[in-house]
Amino acid sequence: MSLNTLFLIILLLSIASYVYARRRAFVNAFGQTDNKRRHSLPAHYGYLLAMWCALPALALLISWKLIEPGIISNMLSSSAPTEVKAAGETAVGLYNNEIFYLADADSISQDLPAHKTAAIQRLQSLRTASKILLTLILSGVIGLSLLLGLRHVNREPRARVIVESFIQVFLVVCASIAILTTIGIVLSVLFESLRFFQQVGFIDFITGTSWSPQTAIRSDQVGSSGSFGAIPLFTGTLLISAIALIVAVPLGLMSAIYLAEYASSRARSTIKPLLEILAGIPTVVYGFFAALTVAPAMRSFGQSIGLSVSSESALAAGVVMGIMIIPFVSSLSDDVITAVPQSMRDASFGLGATQSETIRKVVFPAALPGIVSSVLLAASRAIGETMIVVMAAGLAAKLTANPLEAVTTVTVQIVTLLTGDQEFDSAKTLAAFALGLMLFVTTLLLNVIALYTVRRYREQYE
Amino acid sequence: MSTSTTLNDIIPGSPAIQESTKVDDVTAMLDSIEGTVGTTRVENPKMEMREVDVFYADKQAIYDVDLDVARNEVIAMIGPSGCGKSTFLRCLNRMNDTIPICRVTGSITLDGVDINTREQDPVLLRARVGMVFQKPNPFAKSIFDNVAYGPRIHGLAANRAELDEIVISSLKRAGLYDEVKSRLDAPGTSLSGGQQQRLCIARTIAVNPEVILMDEPCSALDPIATARIEELIDELRENYAIAIVTHSMQQAARVSQRTAYFHLGKLVEVGKTNDIFTNPQHDLTENYITGRFG
Repeated sequence: MSLNTLFLIILLLSIASYVYARRRAFVNAFGQTDNKRRHSLPAHYGYLLAMWCALPALALLISWKLIEPGIISNMLSSSAPTEVKAAGETAVGLYNNEIFYLADADSISQDLPAHKTAAIQRLQSLRTASKILLTLILSGVIGLSLLLGLRHVNREPRARVIVESFIQVFLVVCASIAILTTIGIVLSVLFESLRFFQQVGFIDFITGTSWSPQTAIRSDQVGSSGSFGAIPLFTGTLLISAIALIVAVPLGLMSAIYLAEYASSRARSTIKPLLEILAGIPTVVYGFFAALTVAPAMRSFGQSIGLSVSSESALAAGVVMGIMIIPFVSSLSDDVITAVPQSMRDASFGLGATQSETIRKVVFPAALPGIVSSVLLAASRAIGETMIVVMAAGLAAKLTANPLEAVTTVTVQIVTLLTGDQEFDSAKTLAAFALGLMLFVTTLLLNVIALYTVRRYREQYE
Repeated sequence: MSTSTTLNDIIPGSPAIQESTKVDDVTAMLDSIEGTVGTTRVENPKMEMREVDVFYADKQAIYDVDLDVARNEVIAMIGPSGCGKSTFLRCLNRMNDTIPICRVTGSITLDGVDINTREQDPVLLRARVGMVFQKPNPFAKSIFDNVAYGPRIHGLAANRAELDEIVISSLKRAGLYDEVKSRLDAPGTSLSGGQQQRLCIARTIAVNPEVILMDEPCSALDPIATARIEELIDELRENYAIAIVTHSMQQAARVSQRTAYFHLGKLVEVGKTNDIFTNPQHDLTENYITGRFG
């Protein structure tokens, strides 16, 4: 039977067990003489039996599917031709891959060597055997676990406790999947970065001021030994992010104050969603807006007042990115400002303060921790932003603080390093991982600072 | 013990057993009142309210109330929840302006000048008519900055020494100075509930008001802290006119010279506190102070 059928059968059996155990609980409270004082709800007995039915079966199914390919491929290897075996493990692996591929292909060409046709047939028979074996074992397991489950449900009146603790375990598993994925990503980036730092010194990487990641692919190639100083990339990132924040923080904060303190509830309910639409515009749209509209406009305006503005200036990318992150600042700040208790405002108004005095001296300080964290969230968004800078910022790694010149950013370089055909052991490709790691550390630091600020102020003010 | 024993036999005259007043009766009594029982006016009043109506959108919360606040006097406003006494109090320093749907009509004067005219600035008015709220609401600032807040926004102190002087004398008059003098830079929120409320009173008197409005200032406090605030209110009467809203009839009896009884947005009865509590004229007042409803 196919995998889907098996899943379906397990599902149906579980539902049936749920219905059965629940009905039985209605008729006689499991293990209890006093029918009116059942320990758990009938549904809990249903869930308990359904868990007995489904969990062992699903565990078997998943582990079978994880282990199966390895075993089959081992068995195939043992029957590989001797000359393939003689060529070493890699050759056997390749041979197996070919057999797997051919077996899954729609049509097999006729002119295959006899040993390959035989191997394909062997693979197919192995797979059929595995399926039959799985179906048999699965039926056995389900039968056994249903028997055990029925015994358990009959003897265990406290089904609710067990179901509740299973829910907790289930939630912990869900939470750990997210955490484990994060750890996995960090580790993979970390290990690739370590490989990079074996080729290029860590100190050179973080203190070097020249970035030109061209390495020679052929030994006879001219020049391009590669130079991996990340400082120009990080200054570029910081320059563009700073411009973005200079645009976004005042605009976002002022809109938040207007929305929270001055706007009527009708205006607020219209304006706030409109502002949040800014966050919903795809960054690629912002990208060509920056590259095709804002940058040329700035360039011609610069020319008209005698400034030379690069057509891929940091200013254009930064300003557009700033517009993009306005809602991060405004929406979150609006929430924290609204959350400041009305009693604080009453106290201030009651002392004869004007509205702006109240906002400046009472509401804003009370909301500051939240505002700081909203700004830092916007900052980490700006630092990690890719599409706008890929389209609107330059590629040349120039070490400059002039916003009118073209700069490049960490994210742009990661994109250019990893697009196109790459070999995965050259310093050039591995540099992308090192950059990614540095970027990750930077935004992590920002988040830690944000958390710390919030906690510190909260302690002080409560 | 006979089977016919009731609670009334055990506790004679228990309010719970007396025939309780029906809601219909109350409405009937309320409809029957024309104007207010007792004298609403005083000689040389600090504040005068005439024909005050208050509306929240279309809903009327206060009906045609006349009342005076006398100088150097505590007037208590009592009544069941939702009777409009807090709303009425908030008219006196135009705090209702901060609620967009709220509309006040009628005349309210402070020293004979209408406070609701266009020329009157609510900011200046609130400096003259201070307010203490139900829940202690110190700012998330130091004790010193809490008290200095008002003087700073009104520019009452020319320099730091004068500001210190104002803060310290306000804390002293609020009876808080001795408890906090060693930690004026500690957060106001670190104080106990009763201390926080006295801090709020100090903050209010720091701007040197003429009238102090108190909206159930002790309802969030324990009996000992309440007693301290009540003593303080009695002392403050020497310099200020005080209007206090309270749910506690004992408190009204202890701190006030005159008492006004509100019911469903109408001022039912007003008079000397002693008279109100010993010899109420209106049935509703009597029912309320004897605990038959409320």
